[in-house]
Amino acid sequence: MTLLADFTDAVARYEAVIGLETHVELGTTSKMFCGCATEFGAPPNTQVCPTCLGLPGSLPVINENAILFAVRIGLALHSSIADWCRFARKNYFYPDMPKNFQISQYDEPLCVGGHLDVEVDGQTHRVGITRVHLEEDTGKSLHVGGATGRIHGATHSLVDYNRAGIPLVEIVTEPEIRSPEVARAYVVELRELMVALGVSDARMEQGSLRCDANVSLRQHGESRLGTRSETKNLNSLRSVERAVRYEISRQAARLDAGGRVVQETRHYDEGTGTTSGGRTKEESTDYRYFPEPDLTPLALSADYVAAVRYDLPELPAQRRARMAEKFGFSPLDLEQMRNGGVLDRVEETIAAGAPPAEARAWWLNDLARRAAEAGREPAELAITGPDVARVIGMVAAGTLTSALARQVVDGVLAGEGPPDEVVATRGLAVVRDESALGAAVDEAIAANPDVADKVRGGKLPAVGALVGAVMKATKGQADAQAVRALLLERLGQG
Amino acid sequence: MRELLRLPATEIAAAVAKGDLSAVEVTRVHLDRIAGVDGEVAAFLHVDAAGALAAARSIDEQRTKGEPLGPLAGVPIAIKDVLTTRGVPTTCGSRILDGWRPPYDATVVRKVRAAGLIPLGKANMDEFAMGSSTENSAFRPTRNPWDLTRIPGGSSGGSAAAVAAFEAPLALGTDTGGSIRQPAAVCGLVGAKPTYGGVSRYGLVAFSSSLDQAGPLTRTVLDAALLHEAIAGHDPLDSTSIDTPVPSLAAEVGRDVAGMRVGVVRELSGEGYQPEVEERFREAVALLGDLDAEIVEVSCPHFAYALPAYYLIAPSEASSNLARFDGMRYGLRAGDDGVASAEEVMSRTRAAGFGAEVKRRIMIGTYALSSGYYEAYYGQAQKVRTLIARDFDAAYQQVDVLVSPTTPTTAFPLGERVDDPMAMYLADLCTIPANLAGVPSMSLPCGLADGLPVGFQIMAPALADDRMYRVAGALEAELDARRGHPLLDEVPAL
Repeated sequence: MTLLADFTDAVARYEAVIGLETHVELGTTSKMFCGCATEFGAPPNTQVCPTCLGLPGSLPVINENAILFAVRIGLALHSSIADWCRFARKNYFYPDMPKNFQISQYDEPLCVGGHLDVEVDGQTHRVGITRVHLEEDTGKSLHVGGATGRIHGATHSLVDYNRAGIPLVEIVTEPEIRSPEVARAYVVELRELMVALGVSDARMEQGSLRCDANVSLRQHGESRLGTRSETKNLNSLRSVERAVRYEISRQAARLDAGGRVVQETRHYDEGTGTTSGGRTKEESTDYRYFPEPDLTPLALSADYVAAVRYDLPELPAQRRARMAEKFGFSPLDLEQMRNGGVLDRVEETIAAGAPPAEARAWWLNDLARRAAEAGREPAELAITGPDVARVIGMVAAGTLTSALARQVVDGVLAGEGPPDEVVATRGLAVVRDESALGAAVDEAIAANPDVADKVRGGKLPAVGALVGAVMKATKGQADAQAVRALLLERLGQG
Repeated sequence: MRELLRLPATEIAAAVAKGDLSAVEVTRVHLDRIAGVDGEVAAFLHVDAAGALAAARSIDEQRTKGEPLGPLAGVPIAIKDVLTTRGVPTTCGSRILDGWRPPYDATVVRKVRAAGLIPLGKANMDEFAMGSSTENSAFRPTRNPWDLTRIPGGSSGGSAAAVAAFEAPLALGTDTGGSIRQPAAVCGLVGAKPTYGGVSRYGLVAFSSSLDQAGPLTRTVLDAALLHEAIAGHDPLDSTSIDTPVPSLAAEVGRDVAGMRVGVVRELSGEGYQPEVEERFREAVALLGDLDAEIVEVSCPHFAYALPAYYLIAPSEASSNLARFDGMRYGLRAGDDGVASAEEVMSRTRAAGFGAEVKRRIMIGTYALSSGYYEAYYGQAQKVRTLIARDFDAAYQQVDVLVSPTTPTTAFPLGERVDDPMAMYLADLCTIPANLAGVPSMSLPCGLADGLPVGFQIMAPALADDRMYRVAGALEAELDARRGHPLLDEVPAL
């Protein structure tokens, strides 16, 4: 049983020092060192060739797009791009490593230094970047016959080399993160940056963005670093935050008891939210790095880097600043829209003429709820920004009530066409015909004489029941406010 | 029949092109010769008679249709077993690749096929090209056709013996520290190691990636030039292949050497050199002087450190290159009893599959790359490599080519050095500097010492492979003229 300290107590007594190493699978159409496809979910071992299988005699050739993507990432993180760098071999034996070495970068990475600004509760935290380097992914082992799916207890293992050779960038932060919340926010920000740069779909659940967290504790005011643990392969935002929290509590309890933290690799269990020990660094592999002799050094010209910089898209932080200034969104609004993944849609909706506040409200409330019901992201709904803007416009013009507007959205989502078509085919426009409305009002009064008398007698709230009856009779297509006014007028209360 | 077997490749190709000989006839004669003598010579590990005859028929069809044939079309060739051949066993002289049939041709194999050459089969070699006598072959030692009790050199000993025993007019070898030139020298052949990057390494099962080059083993300088041209050129599948036009080499054979400056390397003589070898070498240098070349003595002081530097760099790279042979995907798998872990099976496979010399070099290389020793061994060796390259640069300021004996001694008896690795390593004393500097180098026969061939080495600046062919062509013509016949006519009958 692992002893845990209360988290709040732990962070009161110790300063947490957190560094993250994030692996991002690049969205290139071919692999890092060969021409094989990189499509996710293909049948096992169908996207392989002599090079990514490491067959004898095969050789690697650098994918130019992987370099381009890595340079984009480096520039977006304010790193300096090396004008000369090399790949290196990281040697270790493992069945899912086709060559029993990984082509990576060691002491000569492509990008050095930089930072990423992260906002938590309206406060900005600058996270320093140590380095960004390129490497190839390994294959994937499937351990069969055990209870856990881990190698321990398995009777045999199957290896899928489709993933072997997919380009990865490893982004390493300085040990400058101080809380689980900032750690999580850093990954959120980084993920958004990857998507904005068009270099990765950064889907943690598919493993295209995964994180290792280095956590250590020290006394407040102490400048030396404590002994760290490294928790591997965190593949959700929740895992990042929970694993770091857990490690802080675990290490605090150890230190409180006069023990010491062991430098080791730890495994995070999503089910229990706990970490467990693995390989200790004392018995860890010597990777015997040396420059990869099968590849020539990479020397990027200043012109090349300048061209990549020139072509960089608007970055998430720049965009948020622009949206705050232009549309009047607050930091909280922006954080909510970002977390909801609807910034693009809101902006499209505004661009199609909707007022910013209403665009935001539609996507964050109504559409977010529908997406949640459908188990999808709001951005994946079958409705466009201009569709939503049109609905908002019709409500503002009084041709739709908000209840009708929701029905129109239902229609669009059901694939019945754009809003105007749904309004026409479903016959959803507000009933403005005074005589038709008058007839419905008269009918409601006639059908509910008791209620009518109450209203006549001054019990105005009772009119609600009559409004309901009229709305029902008009199938919701009347404007409830107008119906209420008309009823009161007829009953001598206007 | 004897006449056909002894013809140079150019003459066989000319006869096939004219229709005087069919490629099938030429191929049959060579297959018969192999059947007749290879039991004694053991040049081949695998003879692909069916594949050879099919290739020959296709050449004959092309001729019948009047399609143009290249200058070597219809000529059989032996392929060193370190080069991958599609569907044909490729063992690298090792048990660990037992049963492996590569799914692809090495680029040089593809090129010789495209040139109309007819691969006869796979030539024996020291295991993974580690050795100078072919005694490190896991299957059997090859014998020197000049004296069957002696070594044919190595590691391309099978390739050299096949050509010297008239089993094949041409052969492809590979040269990491002298593995083409030293067998050529001790078998009385022409052998060339191209400029590093001049010939693709794709499909050459790597021993030491930064040193390996494939090249020709032939009976004449012109044959070597033509085969060299056929396999040279940029290959997008090999990042270290140089993107320059294929050099014009055959055109150099027949040019005179008047006015060329020939540098005799002072450090490649003296102690350890067989006196008769030095004598034949000096006579050949004098002949070049007679042909109005300017003879200069030059000093390359760092060549003394070439051997130790080589025996750190090559094993270091080998320790990583050979990591992939683990029994997981192809070749031998040992000790898979259904209980042993993957790691244990890897370990048992490597213990059973590799020979003693390969294990020795893997251990040396692993040690040299390990943390704490890297700078002292691998790092220092790389510095020596730079100094050797500077020695070459300085020498080429004064002279056009450098010359030396190819190997300090003639062929030594089988078994003499198998238990003394240091003595074995000395066989490559003169050839290693060119590999470390990446410059081209070749060997041609310059006479006999006690009935055994002596090799004359010519080295040229990087990308100036043409210069060495010019010198070699002139020297060969003069030597043949004075002798009255090619040296190979003196090989004892088998």
